[in-house]
Amino acid sequence: MIVEVITPDKVLFSGEAVSVKLPGSGGSFEALANHAPLISSLDKGTVVVRTDSGEETFDVSGGIVEVLNNKVVVLA
Amino acid sequence: MANLKEVRTRIASTQSTQQITKAMKMVSATKLRKAQQAITQMRPYADKLNGILMNLADSAKDEQALQGYFEHRELKNVLIVVNSSDRGLCGGFNSNIIKEVKSLLGNKYSEANVEVKFLGKKAYEAFKRSKLNMNTSDMEAFLDLNADNVFSIGDAIIEDFLAGKYDEVRVVYNKFKNAATQIVTAEKILPVELESFDKATEEKENKYLADFSFEPSKKDLLSSIIPRAVKTQLYRTMLDSQASEHGSRMVAMDKATENAGEIIYNLKLQYNQARQAAITTEILEIVGGAAALEG
Repeated sequence: MIVEVITPDKVLFSGEAVSVKLPGSGGSFEALANHAPLISSLDKGTVVVRTDSGEETFDVSGGIVEVLNNKVVVLA
Repeated sequence: MANLKEVRTRIASTQSTQQITKAMKMVSATKLRKAQQAITQMRPYADKLNGILMNLADSAKDEQALQGYFEHRELKNVLIVVNSSDRGLCGGFNSNIIKEVKSLLGNKYSEANVEVKFLGKKAYEAFKRSKLNMNTSDMEAFLDLNADNVFSIGDAIIEDFLAGKYDEVRVVYNKFKNAATQIVTAEKILPVELESFDKATEEKENKYLADFSFEPSKKDLLSSIIPRAVKTQLYRTMLDSQASEHGSRMVAMDKATENAGEIIYNLKLQYNQARQAAITTEILEIVGGAAALEG
């Protein structure tokens, strides 16, 4: 599964990941591989990207996430 | 014939001017590269956002709660956001913007009650004696240009628009085409025209294709995405303006360096002529003196 975390200023993360935990507006949730297509808005919180080599966290102040074809794009 | 010392001083002063313009050109080239990089880096964000927005666009028009963004009202109160630079010496960059604002005020919005918001000092300096309704609260936005700052400017504008303070918001800026070409553009950012996002999107592959589930609901999503898209648009105009400024200055300084070179060339010719004339006069005097002694 490919995860991208993008802000208008730069790309924070782009690469292969095992899962990604997101602060969705309707409650925190985690997207794994083969997640169904989804568009959700995000609240202020922390995005946790879990990769084979460890975890990376990014604080976001709201945003949008799109999950499609094993690709998760987080617009922070 | 110009006197030798005078010409020498002028050559020296032109040379030092040339050095300054050359240095300024180099500085602008570096800043231009950075500014272009910023544009490139925000493009994936803007494309994705527009893509998602297009996925939702069809339902957007039916949502009653979102009509505030699309409503075309009679143009009574208009906000013009003017992007200019903080410094001069950048060719026609600012004067083109000022001209465009004047033409908007004189033609399209001659009947409306216009407020002008300045981002960057130069345009403000041109208008400060006029009787316009001016907003200078974010004039220094270009000193620290980043998404967070611009988004909070955008939030304030959107809030005022939804509250009915403005009926239309337009941004005047120099669109960056390449270092030598900037296009003065007056872009309408509010009310929102969904078609304009469609055009701006380069990434169209997933449009309408997938069967997305939407969380929390399409309406809530849209009320988060639409303002975000408007703010991103504002941010893009500012990044474009910034890149245009440096491009424009680079070209202006290049021209100035070239002109200085030409002036130096002509002055040197003059100098050599004057020196030759002085030598000739001197020889004539010596020969004449010697002839008089012998005589």
